[in-house]
Amino acid sequence: MSAEMIQTSYREALREGIRDALKRDARVFLMGEDVGRYGGCYAVSKGLYDEFGPERIRDTPLSECGFTGAGIGAAMGGMRPIVEIMTVNFSLLALDQIVNNAATLRHMSGGQFNIPLVIRMACGAGKQLAAQHSHSLEGWYAHIPGIKVLAPATLEDARGMLWTALEDPDPVVIFEHVMLYNRTGQLAADAGPVPIEGAAVRLEGTDLSLVTYGGCLFKTLEAAGQLAAEDISAEVIDLRCLRPLDDATLMTSVAKTHRAVIISEEWRSGSLAAEVSARIMEQAFWDLDAPVGRLCTAEVPIPYPKHLEDAALPQVSAIVDAAKAVLNR
Amino acid sequence: MSIQEMTREAVAAAVLEELTNVAPDLAGEDIPEDADLRDEFDLDSMDFLNWITALHNRFGIDIPELDYPKLSTIGKAADYLGRG
Amino acid sequence: MSDLYRMPSLGSDMESATLIEWCKQPGERLAKDDVIAVVETQKGAIEIEVFHDAVMGKPLIEVGETVPVGAAMAELEGIGDGIEQAPSPPVEPPAPSGRRRASPAARRLAEARGIGLERLRGSGPEGAIRLEDVQRAVQAQAPKAPLPPDSKGTGLGMAAMRQAIAAAMSRSKREIPHYYLSHDIDLTRATQWLGAHNAELPPDRRILMAALFIKAVALTLRKFPELNGFDRDGQFEPSKAIHVGSATAIRGGGLVAPAIHDADQLELGPLMDKLRDLVARVRRGGLRASELSDPTVTVSSLGERGVDRLYGVIYPPQVAIVGFGTPELRPRVVEGEITPRTLVTATLAADHRHSDGHRGGLFLAKLAARLQEPETL
Repeated sequence: MSAEMIQTSYREALREGIRDALKRDARVFLMGEDVGRYGGCYAVSKGLYDEFGPERIRDTPLSECGFTGAGIGAAMGGMRPIVEIMTVNFSLLALDQIVNNAATLRHMSGGQFNIPLVIRMACGAGKQLAAQHSHSLEGWYAHIPGIKVLAPATLEDARGMLWTALEDPDPVVIFEHVMLYNRTGQLAADAGPVPIEGAAVRLEGTDLSLVTYGGCLFKTLEAAGQLAAEDISAEVIDLRCLRPLDDATLMTSVAKTHRAVIISEEWRSGSLAAEVSARIMEQAFWDLDAPVGRLCTAEVPIPYPKHLEDAALPQVSAIVDAAKAVLNR
Repeated sequence: MSIQEMTREAVAAAVLEELTNVAPDLAGEDIPEDADLRDEFDLDSMDFLNWITALHNRFGIDIPELDYPKLSTIGKAADYLGRG
Repeated sequence: MSDLYRMPSLGSDMESATLIEWCKQPGERLAKDDVIAVVETQKGAIEIEVFHDAVMGKPLIEVGETVPVGAAMAELEGIGDGIEQAPSPPVEPPAPSGRRRASPAARRLAEARGIGLERLRGSGPEGAIRLEDVQRAVQAQAPKAPLPPDSKGTGLGMAAMRQAIAAAMSRSKREIPHYYLSHDIDLTRATQWLGAHNAELPPDRRILMAALFIKAVALTLRKFPELNGFDRDGQFEPSKAIHVGSATAIRGGGLVAPAIHDADQLELGPLMDKLRDLVARVRRGGLRASELSDPTVTVSSLGERGVDRLYGVIYPPQVAIVGFGTPELRPRVVEGEITPRTLVTATLAADHRHSDGHRGGLFLAKLAARLQEPETL
């Protein structure tokens, strides 16, 4: 790591990643709703329109199905498009393009066409955007063979995942949790591309494994700090890549700690947390000393009032309680 | 039965039995008649005294300390006791 | 008044023990020093005693369970109430119910180490056995695992004992600054006196030289309190009582040094009886907790095997060990003449934090003088 560090934010790190990609490769362009003149709904692309012009920072009509399909076509035609969908909620309008076309065309064409497309979208709750703008549906996407699904949580991953994703021959979907955009911290001045496979152990511990990703990572790390004060050594695993899952890192951790709690902002039923839990049971059953725990969002449409929204989502105190529960403490 | 009526084999068997009574950790060991009990089976002076005591009580024969060397093996002890 | 009976410590190196059997049933009266249970420790099967008159209450652990020192083993009733109170009704042990709940990790470890889940207590929800429950049991049995169980029926696990000796002796050599002295003692008179004494007695009343050594050491220690007691975190804690641990070798390896309590106050005959009894119980099992934990000093006699002298390693937290080699005829200058005399080399290894060589030398000289007057022992 470089000695020189800069103070930056998750949003700025994403922007640097996009700028870097635009500079590296003339085939790269960004398109989506309000990404150009307005600078992006979450201001990720602010300033890029002036820097790179309307050909490479393209505002699109309000038609997710249309511009996602255009992105797939551009990718088939040799470009390296970055499609920004304002939030995961609106991506449902583009599901047909993503699931039926992007994920399958390599297979359907007998390997003649691949889709080097990157789709970025905001996700998650916490900003009082109510039931239609707070979804965590990354587990749905992680269900689909043919695409890769990423959830950068740290500044390094926000900065470095995009270029690696663009180099991938197949579609990659990147989920950016809305509560992370304003998160600031130190990032190496020369930070660059990072691998888009493998989970990361963000904190080493011995008593239990806390498995999480995206918006819940920092809540989980805070909970681990509180647990440490009570002499409980929690290992925190950031999944980073939701498809494919890094089974090896998970099982290595569980073999050491014998206990796991999965923390995610999804609804519990049919969740990615369920998938992780099932894999641990399948592959590490004999290492387990307690049932795998899950802490997910309450199974209600995300409420608008602040106190109800907070109550619905996994919070630090609940993570601490869930960890203690599997430790029988 | 007095010792005079016993065969030498019976005396030797009784001598061995008393030995494994005082040293149960030797039960099951193959103890040849001519093996030196102290040297080969690590019998210490307390074990030896307890054994002499048991033989004295069983056969009613006095065994003075000066005679201890005459009972250094199962065979010698059987001969010693057999003489009455 | 009710109280809890807790696993006693039988030595500084003991961490836990496994219950082998309850010797008392709920409702039974217990007098102080009654044996309440037999436990398996690294030193073998040991009988443990109660410290008060009481009535046996509900057992809190089951046979086969391994618990740490200080863990509650049973309830005791009627302590300090006089013994006339009604005994409590017997308590039925809980009925076993089907398959034991155990986590996969606990089950795997238990199977790998050959530990029966049924003898473990579960600390998890609804009594489920968790990994740490099995790990505790593994720890308790660990030293025995690599070797076959002791086959001679002495009740003493050799590998476990080896480990206990290793732990105690390593600690001793690590922590205790030993000093060593040796002194040749003329045993001619003692040998003659003993021969004459035993000649008149049937074997069961004969006395061994070892008993004279123990008695002489105990009497001499009365004047040398700095050699009799315990080191407690660097502070010396003298003992008024003189309980002599008599090092007893076990055939096949290992040794124990159970106590002859108040050895300085016992006549030679009763002392010999105690010694005889201890050796017998070392051979077949049945040593008591207090006998292993109580010694205030140790006497080790390797005369059996013909060594000239032995330099002992102090058994912590004691502060001294007295060794005797083989008594044998050796040339000695007496009143200007070289004369054959029966000599024994006595040694002292003592803790230099609590005594000095000068006092140690005086001790050996006084011990030698004692042994010149065997009839006074």
